[in-house]
Amino acid sequence: MSILTSSDRVVGAASVGRTKRLRPSYWPFVVPALIVVIGVIVFPWVFTLWMSAMEWRIGEEQRFVGLQNYARLFTDVRFLEAMLHTLVYTALSVLAPLVLGTAAALAFNTKLPARGLLRGIFVMPMMATPVAIALVWTMMFHPQLGVLNYLLSLVGIGPLQWVYHPSTVILSLVLVETWQWTPLVMLIVLGGLAALPTEPYESAQIDGATAWQRFRYLTLPMIKPFLMVAVIIRSIDALKSFDILYTITQGGPGTASETINLYLYSVAFTYYDIGYGSAIAVVFFVLIIMLSLILLYLRQRSAWNTGDGQ
Amino acid sequence: MSRPLRKLLDKAGMAVCVLLLVSPALLFFIWMLSLSLKFEIDNGAYPPILIPDRFAWKNYTTIFEGNSFLLYFWNSLIVTGAATLFALVVGVPAGYGIARMKAHKSAVVIMIARMTPGLSFLIPLFLLFQWLGLLGTLWPQIIIHLVVTVPIVIWIMIGYFETTPMELEEAAMVDGATRWQIFAKVALPIAKPGIVVAFILSVIFSWNNFVFGIVLASRETRTLPVAVYNMLSFEQVSWGPLAAAALVVTLPVLILTVAAQRQIVAGLTAGAVKGG
Repeated sequence: MSILTSSDRVVGAASVGRTKRLRPSYWPFVVPALIVVIGVIVFPWVFTLWMSAMEWRIGEEQRFVGLQNYARLFTDVRFLEAMLHTLVYTALSVLAPLVLGTAAALAFNTKLPARGLLRGIFVMPMMATPVAIALVWTMMFHPQLGVLNYLLSLVGIGPLQWVYHPSTVILSLVLVETWQWTPLVMLIVLGGLAALPTEPYESAQIDGATAWQRFRYLTLPMIKPFLMVAVIIRSIDALKSFDILYTITQGGPGTASETINLYLYSVAFTYYDIGYGSAIAVVFFVLIIMLSLILLYLRQRSAWNTGDGQ
Repeated sequence: MSRPLRKLLDKAGMAVCVLLLVSPALLFFIWMLSLSLKFEIDNGAYPPILIPDRFAWKNYTTIFEGNSFLLYFWNSLIVTGAATLFALVVGVPAGYGIARMKAHKSAVVIMIARMTPGLSFLIPLFLLFQWLGLLGTLWPQIIIHLVVTVPIVIWIMIGYFETTPMELEEAAMVDGATRWQIFAKVALPIAKPGIVVAFILSVIFSWNNFVFGIVLASRETRTLPVAVYNMLSFEQVSWGPLAAAALVVTLPVLILTVAAQRQIVAGLTAGAVKGG
């Protein structure tokens, strides 16, 4: 979302540009925030970059090692596995909420009784404290006492081991992530649906198009930019996902659900290998920025194709 | 089929759809409530029991008795309150300044801050706090929560001040008011709804934050999410009190979400950011 609005704002600013004499010396308003941003955001970035070039363990002498920490990443099997887990987890955690969220947005876009309240309830999972809901999911995943296996037994499936088996752990965690973040996709797409023109639908109605055809050939192309925004935001958040994973599995069983973020945590705060941890942080950060840029580029292209300047 | 009947069926079908969509969220929180009100024997029952014969209210009283829960509640209140207030004090003027200067490039920093994983702020700031001797107090957590709250406030306020009309400000300028006077007397009152949105989202995301706490909090300075997590891992607590604690932690946020859902939706769709 932030990405959408920032580029739009630039366009908007160029087209306004009338109140020139009000412009100068608004700096005093910005300076306090600037100091805070430099202190808690920019300084950590720079410092992380510097630490990543050091052999640095807490309580030991640090020394400069150049790119050695980065070279170590390529031979670190645990890191490479974490990379794979992260990619699988992210791909699924983008796809599932995207499909479900779009469906939900279509439903919420109609005139419903108590729409506000229903939307409030629907949004609750993404606002609730992640640790709290992760605890309850942990109980629900319990193979013997959990309610999920009971529900599955009603339709004759299971019992599953959920987060307690390497083969199902990532899918189970994706289930939680989907439950939690489908509402955000819904809100973004709902914003897109609210801006749709009505004329094409009227003429489609006259031409006798079915509901599916109207969705496939009218709605879908028109909300594509919004879907791309949802994909970008969801990708970044899924890559960074920590609270749910850490609370439910801590990367286990073994390291079956260990993502880069969890591995980074272990290296930095369990083994106190600050230098290597910083190198992972830098690589992780570059990965996120690269993915964002690729998606942003795709979004720009999709906007060109649909012909609107959004 | 007659038209009115068809319309009715359409509506009914839609209602069923929405119920289906809402039910995962609704059933989850109902189950959470159920877990928190059951005795251990009912929580271990198979098939599971939704509404027990006797309610275990003592689950709620036990968490406040043994686990310094009130202290952790207080810690959460201080950290979230201070980080949010400070973010409003520096962020609202900054949003105003950026919007009026049309300095949109500066917003990129905020955007990248939102993309950065919370952990990568933690390593350097942890070392800094250690060096400053602040560990063991609430200061490290208050300061690091600014990573979450300041970008949220700035983002929402830039968006808000861009939509407020300039005419009044220009008129005040002609009358000889200084910029600070214009900001305080003209722009700020109009921006009240935007400030409310920034406040609510900043409070929620700071309250929910977990990752900063597990690294920076000591036994005395835990916030609620960390305290609840520790109940799970270090103490043998049964499901009932654990679910009760989880519900107590997230209840303020849930109430806020339903009560202020209009503002929250507005904030999130206007370019707001998830923190951490």
